[in-house]
Amino acid sequence: MKLITHNMLTSKCLKGVVTGYPLSINATNINITEVDYNPEFITRIIPKLDWEVLWRAADSIGHSDGLPQTIEPKFEENNEFLKKAHRVLLEVDIEEGNLVCPESGRRFPISKGIPNMLLTEAEVQ
Amino acid sequence: MQTQFEALESKLVLDAGCGPGMLSCGASLLGAGTVTAVDIDGESLDILKENIECTEVDNIDIIQCNFLCPEMYRCENYFDTVVMNPPFGTKNNAGIDMKFLKMGLDLSCDSVYSLHKSTTRSHIQKRIKEWGAKGSVIAELRYNIKSSYKFHKQQSKDIAVDLWRLHHS
Repeated sequence: MKLITHNMLTSKCLKGVVTGYPLSINATNINITEVDYNPEFITRIIPKLDWEVLWRAADSIGHSDGLPQTIEPKFEENNEFLKKAHRVLLEVDIEEGNLVCPESGRRFPISKGIPNMLLTEAEVQ
Repeated sequence: MQTQFEALESKLVLDAGCGPGMLSCGASLLGAGTVTAVDIDGESLDILKENIECTEVDNIDIIQCNFLCPEMYRCENYFDTVVMNPPFGTKNNAGIDMKFLKMGLDLSCDSVYSLHKSTTRSHIQKRIKEWGAKGSVIAELRYNIKSSYKFHKQQSKDIAVDLWRLHHS
């Protein structure tokens, strides 16, 4: 699971959970996979993200090195920054671990890079 | 989809009910920025993993979840393009394709590409109007479906399938 995916996932479907965001990450195995750098895509995606959540997620798994905590205006002209964002968003891959609902503590296992967000019928709102 | 509508290159794409991921891999090979592939079925996702390795694409991220579970995603209109080959609906889950289509529309900010039985064309047209969206059939295909359920009477059957393009008006 890449951090771009983590940025949009919530556990709000769980019964009794109000926001369910952001999910915290327990990672036991992280891979770095090389992904083609596409500055146009990164530039377009950044305004859609919750940057603070991305930074905290990266920091919590030890990959926030050199990543600014806030986005500067005109970030699209800063190639150095876009490359770092690219790396954190697309190349850091959580292979094994858990996502944890911030309210209920429900764990969603990540196995072979795939988070399992399936809920039992009794858990759904 | 790419040559006519530029729906894939450098786009954030969602493959809803991806199965073994033919659409995901296709979108990725055609230059998608990132493809999020979602399916409920773990076995299909294992095959998708193999397909990803075979095609050597690096920008497909997989989530195992029920696509129709609301609020799994933080915001509506997040994805540029949603592609899907939704379950056509059988005796036991009639109408599921419409639920997929509506959810796809809610999650996309640009357009949805979806495959449906041609026999449902007028029904889909009506629903799209109700949703306040726009849509048209951009290709007609034929599917060969092998007998896969107990209630299927023939060994295999060709069915006519439409490729729909929906977008917000």
